[in-house]
This record gives sequence, structure tokens and C-alpha cells, in this order.
Amino acid sequence: MNSPEAPLAFTLRGVRKAFRYFALDGLDLQLPLGQIMGLVGPNGAGKSTTIRLLMGLIAPEAGAIEVLGQRVPEHAARAKRDVAFVAEDMRLYGAATLAWHMSLVASIFPKWDATYAQQLLQRFNLHAEQPIRGLSRGEHIKAMLLLALARRPRLLVLDEPTSGLDPVARHELLSELMEIVRDETRSILFSSHNTLDVERVCDQIAFLDRGRLVDVSDKEAFLEKWRRLQLDVPPGVTLPALADVVELSSGARLATLTTNNYQPALQATLERAGARVHEVQRMSLEEIFVASVMRSRGEAAS
Amino acid sequence: MHSDFVVSQTDPRPLYRQIKEQIRHRIAVGVLKPGDEIPSIRALAAGTRVSVITIKRAYLELELEGIIQTRHGRGSFVAEGVRLDDTLKQQELDQHLEAAARVSALLHLTEDELVERLRKASRELPQRKP
Repeated sequence: MNSPEAPLAFTLRGVRKAFRYFALDGLDLQLPLGQIMGLVGPNGAGKSTTIRLLMGLIAPEAGAIEVLGQRVPEHAARAKRDVAFVAEDMRLYGAATLAWHMSLVASIFPKWDATYAQQLLQRFNLHAEQPIRGLSRGEHIKAMLLLALARRPRLLVLDEPTSGLDPVARHELLSELMEIVRDETRSILFSSHNTLDVERVCDQIAFLDRGRLVDVSDKEAFLEKWRRLQLDVPPGVTLPALADVVELSSGARLATLTTNNYQPALQATLERAGARVHEVQRMSLEEIFVASVMRSRGEAAS
Repeated sequence: MHSDFVVSQTDPRPLYRQIKEQIRHRIAVGVLKPGDEIPSIRALAAGTRVSVITIKRAYLELELEGIIQTRHGRGSFVAEGVRLDDTLKQQELDQHLEAAARVSALLHLTEDELVERLRKASRELPQRKP
């Protein structure tokens, strides 16, 4: 495939990659152009493996991967002209300055935007003449982000971009990400533990756990489908068996029911059975994530 | 132009609803007038640092409510003839009614009892002079 106007930023189909103690299996994931996807998962879930597969750094044992219309890893080099990737564990040359790195990247990537790079220096509070060796960890991450952003990539891939940043730098980064998707042909994939950032800026959210895709959906659908109901269950009342109940914990008289497919009719069903719905609560992305993972692990164990 | 839109992640209202209410508020106080262009979805997303899909949802609902109109390729505009001062108050009323219904459920009142209480409250209001 070689279509320059592919409607998808990337696709993974039935992708499998096994390591000694970990396997990513049956991964199906795609990101439409112009959107931001958040990849959320506990440590060891497979987020970085997914990203490394997309970047062509490792090859899958099964399945197909395409990035910006190019097959990966076969044509990874072609795809990567328009893909920028930053991971926390990357290192710039300690002895060289940021300015040296900027001219190096500019010489490799013709779309380098020198004006934008200067603006980013200001916004990220970095000094081009400072040797990399003297940078703090947060500054080092900001320097790598600058080098990636100023290339004006069509796909930006960030592995845990906000974890080493102070609140001001995080704010600036999220602003830059939102500026990128003003252009509906640019897309971003980022993995994060910070569900608050993901909940704010992402259009698509994918939950990974133990090498499996637990759930993927657009963010609004996620937040709309999940609800927690606080119930008052009088003595003698038994709750009916209900579909889409992710968790039900009940004590004396009170019960908490978590559903991933909330419909207002659920309230009526519960009331008809004799329970009283005390409160219907929305859930944060973090709560939804934890509930999804716990359910997925429960299913895997049984 | 729209940097004055501010959303909060500690606000119990979901982000899309905060966006909707801020647009409504601008129309209600006259900052935005019927026919005025409102920011594009992607521009407002960048301005508020809130995902495109969330802004899209807010605009879609405002459109269904007849408050804005989106013309393909031309942008979104405040609908002609929209009377938002009313709409806003209607919404406020809905919120109070919802709160009343919730408390009433806690008190185990029947619907009829709740309606009767509301009638009583309404009758006890001082008569409005024409």
C-alpha cells in the first residue's frame, strides 16, 4: 500500500509479539487521521511494545501493521519521514548542545520548521547553547519534544511524555498537542499513566493490560456508557440478574453497582425489583480504567 | 478570541457540558449574537486544550437544541432568532427540578406527593403584578 491520503494514521491487525515473560496478542487497533489516541495501561501492559512495533523497531510474529499508509516494518523508513517519536528512555548526545541537535535534525528532515523551533525554545524555557549534559531530566525530555514537534510530523508518537515534566511544562506540551490537531490530517498517539491528561485531550482511548486490548472506544462514548449506581436494597429484596454489570458490591442494605452500558431503563428495572436508586454517578477515566482492568483480569482467571 | 473559555477537570459537570454552558452563557449575555460565527471545533479544542471529540459533541448538541447552526465548510454560527435568556432559565429550572426529584426520592415521597408540594410552593409565591 502506498496511498499518500490514507484515512488512517495507523492500523494494527491481529498483531502478535511474544517475549520470554510477556506476549502481546491479537492486537487490533487503529487511529483515524486528525485524532489523538491515549494508550493507557499499568506497567508491563504492552504500551511500549505496541509503540515499538508501530515504529518498526521490532517485527511482529503475526499480523499486519501500517503507518501513514506504509507497511511496517518493511517500509518503516518511508513512513518515518513523517513520524516523530519520543520516549523517556531516549538520550541525546551529552557533549553536544541543543542547537547542534536542532541543526542535525533540520538537515535530515526537510519539513523542519526553524521559526516554530525558536518559539518552542521560549515556551519550554530551554537554551539552545546549553550542552545536553547540563540539562535536568525534565529539560532533557523537553529538548526531545522540541526536536520532534519542530519536524511538523504527520504522526507524533509519545511514550509517557508527561511523566517527567513539571506542571508548567505539561501545560505547554498539552497546548502544543492540541495545536497539532488543528490540522485534521495530523495525528498523535501517546501512552500515559496520567489519566487526567488523557481524559482531557484524547479523542480515542485504548486500555491495555497484560498484553491484551481490554477496551477501545472514543472518549465520549466511554464516559457516557460507564456509571456507578448507589442502591438502597431493603431486606428481602434480591437484585435481578442484569447484563452489563461490571461490579456489584453489597453490604447491609446498601449496594454499589458498576455498569459499562448504562441506560436510564436500568433504574426502572432496579426499582421494579424493589431496590431504590439513591444516586447515579459518572466515573472518571481513571475509575473506568481500573474497573475495566479488574474485570478483564477476573475473566482471564475464571 | 476564545482564550476566555475555561474548563475545569474538578468540576463535576463533564467537559462537553461545560463547553455548552459557556457558549450558551456568551449568547445569553450578548457577547455572541444571532448570526455571529463561533470558533471552529478544532480552534476551540486548541484554545481550551480539550479533545476535538468533546467539542464536537458540545456543538452537535447545541445544534440539535437549535442554538447554533453549522454550515458545511463555512463554520458554525449562532442560530438566528435564538432566545437564550429563556433557554438558560429553562435549564436552570430543570436543574432545580432534578434536585427536588432526587431529594424527594430520598424522602421516599411518591410522584403525586412531590407534584402536590410543587403546586403548594407555586401557589404560595407572592402574586406577580402585571
